[in-house]
Amino acid sequence: MSGKAFFIDTTVCTACRGCQIACKQWNQLPATKTQNWGSMQNPRDLSFDTYKVVRFEEHMAPNGKPVWYFFPDQCRHCVEPPCKETADDEAPGGIIIDSQSGAVLYTDKLKKMKAETVIEACPFNIPRAQEGAGYLSKCTMCVDRVHNGLLPACVKTCPTGAMNFGDRNKMVALSKKRLDEVNSRFPKATLTGLEDLRVFYLLASEPKDYYIYAKADALQSGMNRKMALKKIGRSLKDLSTEWGSISKLAS
Amino acid sequence: MTNHWIDIRNSDCILIMGSNPAENHPVSFKWVTEAMKRGGKLLSVDPRFTRTSSKADFYTALRSGTDIAFLGGMIKYILDNHKYFKEYVAEYTNAAFLVTDSYDFKDGLFSGYDPDKKEYDKSQWAFSKDANGVSKRDRTLQDPRCVFQLIKKHYSRYDLETVSSITGTPREDLQKVYKMYSATGRQGKAGTIMYAMGWTQHTVGVQNIRTMAIIQLLLGNMGVAGGGVNALRGESNVQGSTDHCILYHIWPGYLKTPNASLQTLAAYNEKFTPKTNDPLSANWWGNYPKYSVSLLKSFFGSKATKANDFGYDWLPKLEDGKTYSWLDLFDAMYRGQFTGFFSWGQNPAASGANANKTRVGLAKLDWMVNVNIFDNETGSFWKGPGMDPKKIRTEVFMLPCATSVEKEGSITNSGRWMQWRYKAANPPAQAWPDGQILMKLGEELQYLYKEKEKEVYPDPIVNLKWDYATHGEFDSHKMAKEINGYFLRDISVKGKHFKKGDLVPSFAYLQADGSTSSANWLYCNSYTNKGNMAARRKKEKSGIGLNLGWAWCWPVNRRIIYNRASVDKYGKPWDKEHPVIAWDPNAKGGKGGWVGDVPDGGWPPMLNADGTPNPKTKYPFIMKPEGHAHVFGPGRADGPFSEHYEPIECPVNKNPFSNQLVSPVAVIYSTNMDIYKSCDPKYPFVGSTYRVCEHWQTGVMTRWQPWLLEAEPQLFVEMSKELGKLKGINNGDKVVVESARGKVEAVAVVTIRLRPFQVQGSTVHQVGLPYHYGWVYPKDGGDSANLLTPSAGDPNTRIPETKAFMVNVKKG
Repeated sequence: MSGKAFFIDTTVCTACRGCQIACKQWNQLPATKTQNWGSMQNPRDLSFDTYKVVRFEEHMAPNGKPVWYFFPDQCRHCVEPPCKETADDEAPGGIIIDSQSGAVLYTDKLKKMKAETVIEACPFNIPRAQEGAGYLSKCTMCVDRVHNGLLPACVKTCPTGAMNFGDRNKMVALSKKRLDEVNSRFPKATLTGLEDLRVFYLLASEPKDYYIYAKADALQSGMNRKMALKKIGRSLKDLSTEWGSISKLAS
Repeated sequence: MTNHWIDIRNSDCILIMGSNPAENHPVSFKWVTEAMKRGGKLLSVDPRFTRTSSKADFYTALRSGTDIAFLGGMIKYILDNHKYFKEYVAEYTNAAFLVTDSYDFKDGLFSGYDPDKKEYDKSQWAFSKDANGVSKRDRTLQDPRCVFQLIKKHYSRYDLETVSSITGTPREDLQKVYKMYSATGRQGKAGTIMYAMGWTQHTVGVQNIRTMAIIQLLLGNMGVAGGGVNALRGESNVQGSTDHCILYHIWPGYLKTPNASLQTLAAYNEKFTPKTNDPLSANWWGNYPKYSVSLLKSFFGSKATKANDFGYDWLPKLEDGKTYSWLDLFDAMYRGQFTGFFSWGQNPAASGANANKTRVGLAKLDWMVNVNIFDNETGSFWKGPGMDPKKIRTEVFMLPCATSVEKEGSITNSGRWMQWRYKAANPPAQAWPDGQILMKLGEELQYLYKEKEKEVYPDPIVNLKWDYATHGEFDSHKMAKEINGYFLRDISVKGKHFKKGDLVPSFAYLQADGSTSSANWLYCNSYTNKGNMAARRKKEKSGIGLNLGWAWCWPVNRRIIYNRASVDKYGKPWDKEHPVIAWDPNAKGGKGGWVGDVPDGGWPPMLNADGTPNPKTKYPFIMKPEGHAHVFGPGRADGPFSEHYEPIECPVNKNPFSNQLVSPVAVIYSTNMDIYKSCDPKYPFVGSTYRVCEHWQTGVMTRWQPWLLEAEPQLFVEMSKELGKLKGINNGDKVVVESARGKVEAVAVVTIRLRPFQVQGSTVHQVGLPYHYGWVYPKDGGDSANLLTPSAGDPNTRIPETKAFMVNVKKG
């Protein structure tokens, strides 16, 4: 698979939030008004003006010591983005994939459809709508920087090597190498996204310990009826497309 | 730092205690991470589980203010279990030195204590000398009066049970930390300590670091790659400003500020030039007069002559026995003892301990000049909480200054690297670089003193050499060259000829006769006839990360100080994988020489290849008169060894190690705003202050930055779930934190990352707050946590005890 990918190694992330701030700086996004809500995590969530947020989760480990997991959350740039599928039906050209990098990008044509439809299609709860206007936003993979040979802003600023970016195959290799390296220290360590995403996380523990949407699978049990139906619908559609191609071949 | 940032990657075990680098020195974690990838272990010891702790191989907590007990237990463990590096300890430290019979230690007090003056007579902590005046030594470390035996005895009291009972750290956790860290006592292994204000800001701050220095020496971790005692500086240029004498008790390059009783330059030089009778000791400070005279020549130029003691009389002197540090200045201000104040690049109304006392003190001034890039709580104190502007007569002048990217010059980082920076943009409007403001201020003072001949004692000002401007603008290159120093006439030194106006190639060429100048001998070699060394940008391709061609490092570009202790007596590195220096007998055309880092002096190793002593050698610790590192440190105000004392405000009324509850020489003040409360049921919880990644110091530079404020918008107080339950406080509640001196409103962060301590059979709770906020902006951000902290200080440095004090917390 060509194109680019991020490898986010949470085992070395210190939650300095350089990535979160650099994202705002490069994209010139305004600060949102926040309050301390009993957590270091702020803004509390992604928003139309916040493409990236570092999530903080603390747990008590069985040995009686705390563990603190940090999850730099952002668009996973799915290889086959479910959001794009919805837009292809309802607002063609609203979501496009950059052929060079594989970045999933939202355009203003997306305004033609209901924002909720796109939001609900995302298995990672990423897109956010502008209040009132209906535009949607999310991480752009800093595609403007990438086209000019620069690293995405969040990767450029990371001091520890938690944020990595490059050719997808190289990131796959790096991810696997790091998993091997940390396995003895973190027996539950896992990699996400290698098959179908352009953002891979190396997690020291089960995804659910980090964040409910850390991994799409973690969502299965919580999937609502509407989403489940949509997924079945999507499978049927895939099937019919497939049938279409096969019959084409046959003729 | 004795070592430097990149060198952290060479460490086998990193102890992070008294600091939180993942949050406060985030880029340092690049090297911590690299060390861990290479197999190094990370230990985090902190009352609170931090972002640093989250990355550690092992974490444990201790109650704030009990670091000496914790580390004293480690010294006992190292000695009991023979984890020390015996050859290093016996040969390179003063462990073998015999101490005079006048030294003693009883029930928490060292000999020589005067309870009336609250002072020690340090002459009682001396070394026994032989007929030649050289310290007596027993390299077998058996003599009952040798330092090694005394240290064994001193720390024998720091057993696991007692240490655990006072620190609140479980016994098994103590043992685990001791075991992991002391494994670096093996030859070829290195452990490092990363510490910051969590260790320094205590009434026993210096002794916290002394205790670790003892550990590092016992384990042979000084001078080696991946080792050292590493102070993480809290600002990008704290190291530089300290080197250039921002503190009252030193002149540039750690020369001493003279006392009033030292009436002549000769008396001054005599007092501060140490002597040795040991031919193998380099005693580098023996060069003191060369550095002091070169400094005076830099200050006063041609006006400084041998006949007038090079202008020594013109410099201000300290009253004997009087101190002039931060706490002393604000105490004097509060007492109305001076009337004018330059607050330059700082925010005392929020940054200093007992900030309420400071704020009242500011109101007693006639005038204040506030030089800063933003308005702050200091410049606007007169309209702050509880102030009535109509009643305040202080006239405040705000001088806007350039930020670091709006001017050219150098900064010196924690690793002592002087790095040149370029100007990226012009400062806005009328903002000037600090150098320019100082330049113009000096010019105006000289003009006024010259104009008005009757002014009192104009000599120091009118005779000052003040020529660092080019076309009226402060010229940082001229200043950097002045710091390095010039030859002031044609002379020959060490067989080399120099012309008047040449830059001095290194401090080894400085002279005491007025023929050289140097505004800081320690930086001599930084800007030479070869150019601006700080501007060099050659990265190392292989090796241990010394990067000798990148920027410049004091002294003389030496990246790891005390590096001659990184080799055995033959000059072979203890650690073959990470050699800092090594003796190459074939170097210099067969004469032999050191390769690697710039060695701590070029003398040959202590032994020749055939094992015979080399009379041309010098001991490795060249800055000590006896050439040996100080396990026994007789120069400190509070004892040659460390001892656990409680903070001035503490939750216990019994010290298990002695009947001396607090340091007998701790600094406290006596105005009606200096209130201290220990074991007071009104203030039952231990409090501490700290910083977060997203803000800087009092937040003057970061609170105005919307993205940073968005990430950390408000003052918060962290506490355990247990304390939250006890006080009916839920996560996110508004609470009031109160000490005997002040109170602040904060948002409660109730977390498992803090746990109550079991101390002497009782439960002790601890809370912590960042000190980044202030009432000026944002309006809902809260005020300074320093409204809570006490004006109590360390007897050596007089640094305030802001890391351990007593508070109450209640729902707001």
